[in-house]
Amino acid sequence: MPHIGLPPGLPGIVSGFAFRPETAKPMRELAEILLRGPNTLTSAEREMIAAFVSSRNDCHFCQASHSAAAAHHQQGDYSIVNAVKQHYESAPVSHKLKALLTIAARVQESGRCVSSDDIQKARDEGATDREIHDTVLIAAAFSMFNRYVDGLATFTPTDDAAYDAMGQRMAREGYVDRSS
Amino acid sequence: MAYIELPDGLPGIRALLAYRPDTARPLNDLVDVLLRGPHTLTPAERELIAASVSARNDCTYCQSIHGAIAARQLGDADDLVAQITSDPERAPISPKLKALLHIAGKTAESGRCVTAEDVARAREHGATDLEIHDTVLIAAFFCLCNRYVDGLATWTPSDPDFYRQRAKTIVDNGYTLTAIPAR
Repeated sequence: MPHIGLPPGLPGIVSGFAFRPETAKPMRELAEILLRGPNTLTSAEREMIAAFVSSRNDCHFCQASHSAAAAHHQQGDYSIVNAVKQHYESAPVSHKLKALLTIAARVQESGRCVSSDDIQKARDEGATDREIHDTVLIAAAFSMFNRYVDGLATFTPTDDAAYDAMGQRMAREGYVDRSS
Repeated sequence: MAYIELPDGLPGIRALLAYRPDTARPLNDLVDVLLRGPHTLTPAERELIAASVSARNDCTYCQSIHGAIAARQLGDADDLVAQITSDPERAPISPKLKALLHIAGKTAESGRCVTAEDVARAREHGATDLEIHDTVLIAAFFCLCNRYVDGLATWTPSDPDFYRQRAKTIVDNGYTLTAIPAR
């Protein structure tokens, strides 16, 4: 049961967005740029960082929907994002992404947990300044989204099919509300 | 020394906003609506939520600047702001603000820590749905900012006057996007 009178029948962050459109607009824009804008990191990689951080923050809505988005950027294959969430060090992803996921894990805990060693390891695997910046900002942004979704106790669907449909839309159409 | 190469001479989040202006725009839009938009919570109350969460997250830059802004908005009330951020339950502030600061602190820990009892306490003291929503979102947003600022080891000035000066500019003119300074 949500903590405030959110519009009924809308899941997770969507209910918050419907309640307060003035804050929804910049939050949607931030997600669109971070996860789908032109980048040397693929959208799949960036969605996996988002799902990974959300999983660490124990936010079911965000981790399930962004896992689905990651999968739908990879021909509907959930196995990679699932491996990343379970044990990223042995997941079938690049060494560079593993080093960036370590940075994301530190940021999820606290910005102060990121060490220069963590940054150096990412650089050793070929990460650029921009990729490091974006990893930190994606992890920080999901530290916000997760707290918003759970802090208001928004409705969390339990049905995998609902998240799969959300993920398809997120991957195909993105985050900006084009109807308004 | 920051972990990536950032524009010279800019502190904290301002260096990051100058580094990537496209993500700066929605971040600036969000902070404007949350902290300065028309509201039943005063700008100072909202800045206090921001400063308090930033103190909890041990982010010196964010705590210092938002504490300085709140102090200026309350009439150069540095000591009051320090008392509110360190011991809100005993500070001379409204019961509603105490209850909202409590919700903000819980949100900073984890969204899942906010309980129905926390929210009921805020409602008993007159908090509306919008005030509760924005308290949670301000706290969540500062969890983003604190991690962004410290995660990239941006420059944190240590002189309190630096923050006081900057606070004066923000209170007078708002949170404007900083242009990259000429070299």
